[in-house]
This record gives sequence, structure tokens and C-alpha cells, in this order.
Amino acid sequence: MSAQKSILYPLVAVLVLILIPVIGVKLGLSYFFAVVVPYAAFVIFFGGILCKIVNWARSPVPFRITTTCGQGKSFDWVKHNKFDNPFTNKQVFVRMVLEVLCFRSLFRNLKMELRDGPKLTYGSAKWLWLGALAFHWSFLIILLRHMRFFAQPVPGFVDMLQSVDGFFELGVPQLFLTDAVIVAALTYLFLRRVVVPQLRYISLPSDYFPLFLLFGLILSGIGMRYFFKVDIIKVKELAMSLVILKPTVPEGIGALFYVHLFMLCVLFAYFPFSKLTHMAGVFLSPTRNLANNSRYKRHVNPWDYPVKVHTYEEYEEEFREKMKEVGLPVEKE
Amino acid sequence: MKIYDGRKIIPGILIAAVIFSFPFWLNFGKAAVPPKPKLPKEVKNCVEPTTFMRTSHMQLLNEWRDIVVRENFRLFAAPDGKEHLMSLQNGCLKCHESKADFCDQCHNYLDVKPYCWDCHLAPKENK
Amino acid sequence: MADVPKPEELAKIDHTPPETPWMETPAVLKDGMWCYGAHPKNLEIVDMPNPREWSPRDEDWKLPDNWKEIVLDGMKDRLGKFRSFKLFMDICVRCGACADKCHYFIGSGDPKNMPVLRAELLRSVYRKNFTLGGKLFKKLAGGRDLTMDVFKEWWYYLFQCSECRRCSVFCPYGIDTAEITIIGRELINLLGCNIDWIQAPVANCYRTGNHLGIQPHAYVSMIEFFCDEIEDVTGVRVNPTFNRKGAEILFITPSGDVFADPGTYTAMGYLILFHYLESMGLDITWSTYASEGGNFGFFTSHEMAKRLNAKMYAEAERLGVKWILGGECGHMWRVVHQYMDTFNGPPDFLEEPVSPITGTKFEHAKSTKMVHICEFTADLIRHNKLKLDPSRNDNLVVTFHDSCNPARAMGFLEEPRYIIKNVCNNFYEMPSNTIREETFCCGSGAGLNAGENLELRMRGGFPRANAVKHVHEKHGVNMLACICAIDRAALPTLMEYWVPEVEVTGVHELVGNALILDGEKKRTTDLRGEPLPGMEDIEDEDL
Repeated sequence: MSAQKSILYPLVAVLVLILIPVIGVKLGLSYFFAVVVPYAAFVIFFGGILCKIVNWARSPVPFRITTTCGQGKSFDWVKHNKFDNPFTNKQVFVRMVLEVLCFRSLFRNLKMELRDGPKLTYGSAKWLWLGALAFHWSFLIILLRHMRFFAQPVPGFVDMLQSVDGFFELGVPQLFLTDAVIVAALTYLFLRRVVVPQLRYISLPSDYFPLFLLFGLILSGIGMRYFFKVDIIKVKELAMSLVILKPTVPEGIGALFYVHLFMLCVLFAYFPFSKLTHMAGVFLSPTRNLANNSRYKRHVNPWDYPVKVHTYEEYEEEFREKMKEVGLPVEKE
Repeated sequence: MKIYDGRKIIPGILIAAVIFSFPFWLNFGKAAVPPKPKLPKEVKNCVEPTTFMRTSHMQLLNEWRDIVVRENFRLFAAPDGKEHLMSLQNGCLKCHESKADFCDQCHNYLDVKPYCWDCHLAPKENK
Repeated sequence: MADVPKPEELAKIDHTPPETPWMETPAVLKDGMWCYGAHPKNLEIVDMPNPREWSPRDEDWKLPDNWKEIVLDGMKDRLGKFRSFKLFMDICVRCGACADKCHYFIGSGDPKNMPVLRAELLRSVYRKNFTLGGKLFKKLAGGRDLTMDVFKEWWYYLFQCSECRRCSVFCPYGIDTAEITIIGRELINLLGCNIDWIQAPVANCYRTGNHLGIQPHAYVSMIEFFCDEIEDVTGVRVNPTFNRKGAEILFITPSGDVFADPGTYTAMGYLILFHYLESMGLDITWSTYASEGGNFGFFTSHEMAKRLNAKMYAEAERLGVKWILGGECGHMWRVVHQYMDTFNGPPDFLEEPVSPITGTKFEHAKSTKMVHICEFTADLIRHNKLKLDPSRNDNLVVTFHDSCNPARAMGFLEEPRYIIKNVCNNFYEMPSNTIREETFCCGSGAGLNAGENLELRMRGGFPRANAVKHVHEKHGVNMLACICAIDRAALPTLMEYWVPEVEVTGVHELVGNALILDGEKKRTTDLRGEPLPGMEDIEDEDL
């Protein structure tokens, strides 16, 4: 599929997805979009991710294939790089924390350049790391901030997040930094796919689709907060009714809210069937989550089976005379 | 069905499930109580229609502040033709007497912390 | 064999991908980039399927009628056996961080050599056949059917991956292309489509104990020839033993060290070291049955790797040794370190390795009970057990090439450096992004060290060679040290092509040069028989 089509198809798909709730609510289907779809999306998300993880867990890790990214443990006098080459489970834990929270591996990123000479150079290339980190952390903080719609009274950490996030007190309602950062990060992540020839070449529709969904989700959210206001008291009434499992749909929440909610639901429902499962998968990656101690502690392969080998007896049988000629000891004379 | 490394994976799933279902168990068995801001008895109409005030009062107040502070102009012509004094303490609070019974109702409900009261004196509440 | 373009020509590499999308660009076998197909007799020796005369160049690869079913069933089977495979099929986000990390991509500019795309070749088939999205949305979900063109594309590009795992260092999820290549090659082998440069060593190793097919008597005479050479250089006769029961330690090294220069000099280094330690209590034997450290089975399938690897423990048990010492080799050590104990352990008949000279317990090897010779030697040097004259390597300006597997599967970085710094006076590191865990492959690993794919090897080795060139020009480096037999076989050709003034050595050749033996004569040459500058004159003055 050409790059243009790979971008166009998911873009059209997301635009259609935006129209669906707009039309749906006009047709009086607000209960469907406010209650049925969110519950369904939530169930699909949870059920799907659970199935995915169980599916992964049903395959064993037969071999200990740690990728070691630093000096391994050997002698006392050799400095061991504990977190890039963990030997104990505690060290593995730290490695995983660094990987999941700080994107340690992506931090190593380099950019290769071929110059005249010929000369290859490898420059530091932290933009991808920064963009990815900015996107994921912003997303997490935004998600947590939304807890103000789902709890009464609102938990203290939400309050804290809001005041830090709105630190600059710009505008009314005050601008959240994460809103600005996530748009910038997402734009960067999208543009690099389009602009960098190799990335454009490897990108599939399923790479653009979640990007567009996220754009829809985030821009509709930002639109509601700053520009096209909706009645958030009613939004919270709906949200609370959903979480206490007594759904009621208040009249007159703006259509933009339904777009926002629908984007989120589609994202959640799409999650388990897509590359987005990397969220769960990163924890299971055998090259990262295993200690490099396979000579110290035996790793067992649960499906190990006996194999046909060429035994010493067979070997000696074939070569006995030649072995004797050069004085090699043999078992049978 | 055999699960490998279940001793690590199953607790991991449980922890993740607890975190992700946080809103459900946090509110389990509770009733949702919507806020009940106390409305003025005599006056029925605010400076703008209620729907607008519910969603956009903060932007209106922000504009008012800028006009008052920067241009020293205090009259607001409402869409219904009436004129109002652009003032928090001498305008809004004339009708909405209690911050606790009116403003805080929704603000607390949604954890909104407007900085109005960083400068303005909050009205003394009758306890 | 195709002619390899001149280095200046080869270095004109365009990294921009073509206009046509990759799924619609069938692979065209380019001469110089692929290896000959497995010879039927080499498949038969180890009972592998579909032995026949064939050439990858042919339109018809003579596959069984149900070949597609065999491959898809094989895929399903492996998805169930390897979480790595399943996970790596699912979670790639195509962020592209791996793209310019692959030496084959850097050297060829072929987009399908980007690790992400190499994996997508399999992933697309996985999605189409094993995921809901792929079944429903087909191409839109990045799925495609397994066709003969797709299978040939797999073949072409899975034999352009040396399983070096550099990409896996940079991947945010640790996706390991080597794992995908290993499993992809297993699928290819279900149809008997291995390359002969892997299959022949496998067959040889199975029958004779080593890849080169050296029979026991020849093996012994080769080593005796080394003993003669050593005597010529040092005046000391070393006396290795073979297949000797009751020895304390079994020594296993890749057969490349016994067969081809410059590995042979490394083998002499081992022999000199063992002789030196004999009087201090070293009791070691070589084996002709387990005369191969390397394991080309690992480039074929997990099962074949296990079948060939089994000889190590079997021989250790038969001879009744206490533990095993392993020579300098890359993928051999990947297998020994990460697989052997799981494949063929537990080796209850062995004891926890202890150095008979220093008493050091190799605690980190207490389960597998096999120790790397660089660990062993580094420990000796640390305990001042070796009399060394590093000036005997003064004719060399050395740099060190981290071999992929010891670096990225063990974290074996400091031990060889420690040895080099103690046996050489002139040592310079290559640029930091080309060594240690970020080291570049020699370009010929994982069984790709053939003659017919020379262009591929020169392209793949370009990043390594370019880094060597840098230190050659900056510091006058003239010797590239390494701890891998494939390196020692492949790098000389690579150096000759890109940096002709640089030669290749194993670390223990340098040890052999520097080690002062009791009763040795004044050394006037190094182990290669090349005169040591200054040494002859001194000898004359002494007279």
C-alpha cells in the first residue's frame, strides 16, 4: 500500500468516526453513545488486554535470551553494570523501571550519517526519546487529571497534578502544560513518519490510525476546555452515573463531548487488537526482563525433548583405526 | 490451559486491573450526589442565559476583570438590554450571596480552584 | 561468484527507499548477496527434510505441494513455544529506532535490511493468518498472504541477518531480530532451504565433531604442526594431550582456530599458555570428538543447535573432567552462556569451576560449569601468575573488536580488554558507538561467511571496517584483536577490502607472544614468524 493511501485511509476512517456520534446524538441516540458504547469499549479493552496477556503467557520462555547492554557480572574487580546487565531479579526490576518509566533503550538512540571519505558517523539522536517520553507522560497525566470526573470528592493527587500542570496560570481556564506538550509531541511523532523517508516506508495504516484517533481525542478535549464549552457538571453527572453502574444521561451536553468520548471508546476498543498492546507487552519482553545469570542458575525449557545425537561410540566406531594410528586413546580396541 | 510465569504475570495483571478500575471501586456502593448551587430567590435572570453562564462564566469574569482594571469601565450591557455593574463583590455577589453555597458547590464537585479569591476578599459566611 | 565492486563504488550507498511500497516490491536475488542452497547429502546426514538438488536462482525450489501448510503450521507451533516470537510479532510500533542500527542496512541501503522491515516480512504473514485484525482487514491491517515470492523474500533477507542483536539494544521493547531470524530460518529449514555454507558445517560437525570435517587423526596432526611452529619460535616443545580421561579440565575451541590463519596463531597462544601453566598444576585435555566450540546448528534451528551442542557435556562426562574451558568464539559463547545448560544440562557430573592456579572460584559459571578462556587468563594476570613481556607486541598497534555475542549476550567487555592492556603496550579504542554493546558485526556472522556472497559481507562489514579505518588513520592501528573465530575468518578479508594495512588477531595470540616461557630462547619473531623489530639487534649485541 502506498504511503499516501496508508495515511489517507486511516484519516478518512477517523473522520467518519468523528461524524458517527455527531449524527447519532442528533438522531436521539445519546444513551447509546453515552452509556452503551463506553461500557462496551471498557469491556473490550479489559477483556481484550487480558486475553492478549494470557495468550502471551501461554507460550513459555524456553531460553534466557537477555540482551546485555553493559559489563556483565564476573570478578569482584570488574565493575558490573547492574542495570544494563542485571544479574539478580532486583537488578532486573530496576532495569524494567528504567525501561518503562524512562525509556532507557530509546535514550541510546543514534543517527547514522554517511559522509564522503567514506566516513560513517553516529550522532546522538534524542528527539525520538524526548517525543515519545513527552507523549506518554502527558497522556498519563491527562488521564489521571480526568479522575476529577470519576470521583467525589476528588482525590488529592488530582488536585496536585492540576496545580502543577497549570503552574503558569495562563488564560482562563488556565492552560495545562500537558495539553500543549501532547499536541506538540503527537505532531512530532506524526511528522517524522511522514517526513523521514525510511519511516514513511515502514509505516502502515495501523500506525497512522491510532495517531489520528489520538489527535481527534486530544483536540476535541482541548476544544471543550478552551473554546467550545460544554457543561462539565453534566459531564461529571454522566461519568459518575457510569462508574456507580446506574447510568443516567443528562440532557444537553454538547456534541463535542460525544465526539471526545467516542474517540476514547474507539481507542480503548482498538487497543487490544493493535500495536498499542506494547503497553502490556513491554513488561514481558524476554530480552529485558530476564537476569543475565544463565551460567549461574539453570534455566529450564518446559518443552524440552530428547534429540538424536551422534554419540562418541558412533564416532569412535567410524574413526577407530585412524585414531589408533595417531595414538589417540580409544574405548574399544 | 497452562500459563507460564503465572506467579509474576497474574499479580501483574491484578495490579493493573486494580489501577485501571480505580474509578469503579473508589465509588463502589456510593450514590452520586450532583451539586446543588443555591440560586437567588428574587432574581431569576443572570447577566447572560443560564446555559451560557454554566459553561462560560469564567471567561466572562475574566473579560470583565480586564475591562475594569485596564479601562476603568464598569457597565455591562446584557443581551436582554439591562445594564449590570461589572464587579465580583458588588455585582455577582449581590445576588449570589454565599460563596460556599453557590460557587463552591460546583467548583468543589469538579475540583476547580479559581484564583478570584487570591485578590478578592471572600464574603464572610454565616456559619 | 559475482565480482565485488571497488570499495569507492560500494561506499556510494543510497539509504532512500524506493518508490514502490515494500509489500509490492518482490525480492530480486542479487548476485553477491546470497549463498548457495544446501546440498542434499548435507541434509540427509542429519535427517533434515526435503533433500534435493536445487538452486535459489531457480524459479522452482522443488518444495512439497503442501509447503504453505508446513510453514504456517510451523509458525503456529513456534508461536506456542516461544513467547519471544509471539510478543515480537505483536508489539512492534515501527518507531524506526532500529532502522539505521543494522550493519546490513548501513552498508546496503536496502530498506528490507532495516530490522523493523526484516521482521515485518514475517509479521505481515503472521497478521494475515493468526490475528483477528489481519483476517478481517487484510492489507489495511498490514497483513499479506504467504506466497512463493514472500517465502523467497524471507529466504533472501533472513540470510542477510547475522543475528548480531545490535538492533535489540536500541529497541524500546527489546525486540530481538536475531530471535525472529532464528525462528524464520527454522521455518525455512522445514522445507530444506538452508544455505550450504551452514548446512555443510552442520553435517560435518555432526559426523566428525567439527565444522570443517577434520577427522581425529588430522586434528591431532594439525595441532602437532602448531607445536613444531611454537618450538621454532620459542625453542620450547609443548605437549598437548587429546581425549585423555581423568584430566581436570576439558578444552573446547572453535575448529576455525585449528584450521585457518590467523585463528591458528590464537590456537598456538592457547597451547603456549597451557604449557606455561602445566608446571603450576594445570591438567587439561583437548578432544577430537568435541572438537568444535562453534555451533552452526544454532543458525539452523534450536533443535540442531542442541544436537550439536550435546557433544560438549557428553565428552566432559566421558572423560570425567571437572569442568570445561572454552576458547575464543562469538556465537559459541552465546550458545554456551544462554542455551547449553538449558539444552543439555544439568551437568551434575561436573564440579563448580575453580582455577587450579589461582584458586579463584568462577562463581558466575557455577551451574553451566564452563569458563571463557579470557576470564581464565584475566584472572591469572590479575593474580600475577603470568610472566609477560608486552614489548614483544610492540610492533603492533592494537584495537579491539567486541564480537556481537559476547558483548550483547554476556556483557563480556572488560575481560578481553584487561588482557590486551597487559600484553600490549599500544592499545586504542574505536569510537564509542561502534564498540562494547554497540559493537558492529564483522558482516559475516550467523553462517554468512561464504565466498559467493562476498558483496554482502563487504557491505555488512562496512561499519566495522570504517571504525577500524578511523583508528588506523588516527593512531596508526595495524592490528584488530577479537575473540571470535568467525571474526578471525571474516575480518581479514574485510580489512583487505576496506583497510588493507590492518591485520586480525585473537587475543590469545597476543598472550602467546608476550608470555615468557621457562627455558625459552630469545624470541626474534612473533608467532607468525614475522621479525620483531629491534630484537635481532639486541641478540647480536649480547654475543
